[in-house]
Amino acid sequence: MTTTSAPALDVEGLCVDLSTPSGTVRAVDGVSFSVRHGRTLALLGESGCGKSMTALSVVGLLDPTASVTGGAVRVRGKDTLRLSPAERRKLAGPVLSIVFQDALTALNPVQPVGRQIGEPFRIHRGLSRRQAEEKAIELMTRVGIPEPRQRAKSYPHQFSGGMRQRLLIAMAVALDPDVLIADEPTTALDVTVQAQIMRLLRDLQDERDMAVVLITHDLAVVAQRADDVVVMYAGTVVEQGTVHDVFTSPRHPYTRGLLDSVPEDAERGRPLPAVPGSPPELSAVPPGCVFQARCPLVRERCVRERPSLRSAGDGRSAACHFSEELDRA
Amino acid sequence: MVTFLRKRILSSAIPLVCVVLGVFFLARMTGDPVDLYLPLSATAEQRAEFSAAQGFDLSIPAQLWNYLVDAVHLDFGTSLRTGQSATEMVLDAFPVTLQLAGVTMLLAITGAVLIGSLAAYRPNSLVDRIASLLSMTAASIPDFWFAVMGVLVFGVSLAWLPTSGTLGGPEVWVLPVATLLIRPFGVLVQVVRGSMVSALSAPYVKIARSKGATPRRVIFGHALRNAVTPVLTVAGDLTVGLVNGAVIVETIFGWPGIGKLMIDSILQRDFAVLQAAVLLTAVTIFALNILVDVCHALTDPRVRQAVPA
Ligand SMILES: Nc1ncnc2c1ncn2[C@@H]1O[C@H](COP(=O)(O)OP(=O)(O)OP(=O)(O)O)[C@@H](O)[C@H]1O
Ligand code: SF4
Ligand SMILES: [Mg+2]
Repeated sequence: MTTTSAPALDVEGLCVDLSTPSGTVRAVDGVSFSVRHGRTLALLGESGCGKSMTALSVVGLLDPTASVTGGAVRVRGKDTLRLSPAERRKLAGPVLSIVFQDALTALNPVQPVGRQIGEPFRIHRGLSRRQAEEKAIELMTRVGIPEPRQRAKSYPHQFSGGMRQRLLIAMAVALDPDVLIADEPTTALDVTVQAQIMRLLRDLQDERDMAVVLITHDLAVVAQRADDVVVMYAGTVVEQGTVHDVFTSPRHPYTRGLLDSVPEDAERGRPLPAVPGSPPELSAVPPGCVFQARCPLVRERCVRERPSLRSAGDGRSAACHFSEELDRA
Repeated sequence: MVTFLRKRILSSAIPLVCVVLGVFFLARMTGDPVDLYLPLSATAEQRAEFSAAQGFDLSIPAQLWNYLVDAVHLDFGTSLRTGQSATEMVLDAFPVTLQLAGVTMLLAITGAVLIGSLAAYRPNSLVDRIASLLSMTAASIPDFWFAVMGVLVFGVSLAWLPTSGTLGGPEVWVLPVATLLIRPFGVLVQVVRGSMVSALSAPYVKIARSKGATPRRVIFGHALRNAVTPVLTVAGDLTVGLVNGAVIVETIFGWPGIGKLMIDSILQRDFAVLQAAVLLTAVTIFALNILVDVCHALTDPRVRQAVPA
């Protein structure tokens, strides 16, 4: 166990710029967080706040229109942003791995799944096609695919949504990565299947001591599943801390808004509850606080000065000038 | 796969029968088919004699029956020019065109896949822009102009390449193949580029990269086979279009292929040969379409399983 040593993943001051037809906009602005082996960090925030962009920068899979313009992404003591493409590829699979939301499009439609799941072994371990297929069958067994030997020859469209997500997870954990990023791994699935997939992820994480970054809209999943949470808004981190601290006493009006709008009998699988209003366009993020347009506590200082993410006691932090007031509220 | 093939062949039998019938009625629609077969200078006796010999004096259903029986035996009459069997002449010319078209499409597809994929890997890069410019130019150059310029520059001024004939080393292939190649190549580079750009932005390509796949593995192992469907369709159409190109190229460079045979038989009103050439070309096009469908099925498991009932 490495709980006392360096984190498995350490992201610091990550900035991502997007080039759009109407100019460059900043989609991720100074995002920092770190995750230790065996722990789960949730990235929470409404649609378009930059969660996937952050995840893709960490694994080096941004589209050509987006580029990392600052910060560091450290794994195993190395800043992956400073590595050559070939050095980065060496980390892709054995160190960093990712699972997407839509497993149908994330699996290659014209390749048998066994081949896709065995591919990491071909790339990183130099196994033959046969050996890689054997490994794939082992993994398929592990993630609960019935009749894995026969099914290895099937194509993605011949599996159900839940099974496809299992296949994608099998592929992602093939080489025992240090860090697994799961970008909304269950959003496309129905509720019972969601629970099974979360269970599988949990078991695999425990078994392999992986650090997991879980991206989700689902507060219930965060509450149940994550150790720490990073709340994002308009490309920035507005609050960060342990799930327990943040959920019991939020220090940012946005987080509180999210929590307040959950009905008592909230079920899992619900989309993120609505806070009135909508986030700013990336091209028109105001100079002061990013949340000012929707904040019930907004006042003159918020418009003038952007709050920085500052400590709010016991290893947690929030980006609000008046976070202490929330404590009392 | 066998079921797929059988269904595909059956479903193209009907249009093929239509072409066979079409040729029959076309020959008779414009009046007496004797006009088509015999030179204008033929005397009335010659015409009557020919008409009787060919069975044109029989009723239309009887003629149709004879025509179909002959067609099944691949007998389309004899050439007016040479007295040879039309079928034989066509079958002699066919391999010439087939080789020319085959070599052309092989080169065009290979080249387009390489260049189009490289261009697509980094959209708007220098490679991409050069490839786009070249392919756009290539796709819009008229082939007869290119052939004439090729002959003038490389054949006449520089005298590097032969300007006609099929005898000699590989150099006799250069100008004809280049002429035929240029447009399909240009078009295919653009199609490959387009479908590769969309394949490369698909989530499964991101996932492949997340496994540490090299660019080569990503392009050729994952994206290309997904991008191939539109490329195959267009390549099939372009191959059919080569029949037009073959007429020009074979005439300019003096290659004894189907294209030249058709032009010659049109110019000399050699209807029997023309009819055989048209039918063989039609059969080839149908076969080609089946081939394209088979390729679709081979590259995409979803097509394989979705055989229309
Ligand atoms: N390829 C792209 N080109 C242009 N803009 C993009 C691209 N990808 C994302 N964006 C924009 O960048 C911002 C951040 O997007 P991102 O996908 O990270 O959001 P998200 O938090 O993952 O949202 P969701 O919950 O909907 O997945 C959004 O405003 C989005 O519109
Ligand atoms: S800084 Fe002001 S506007 Fe921003 S969240 Fe805090 S109170 Fe609201
Ligand atoms: Mg997202």
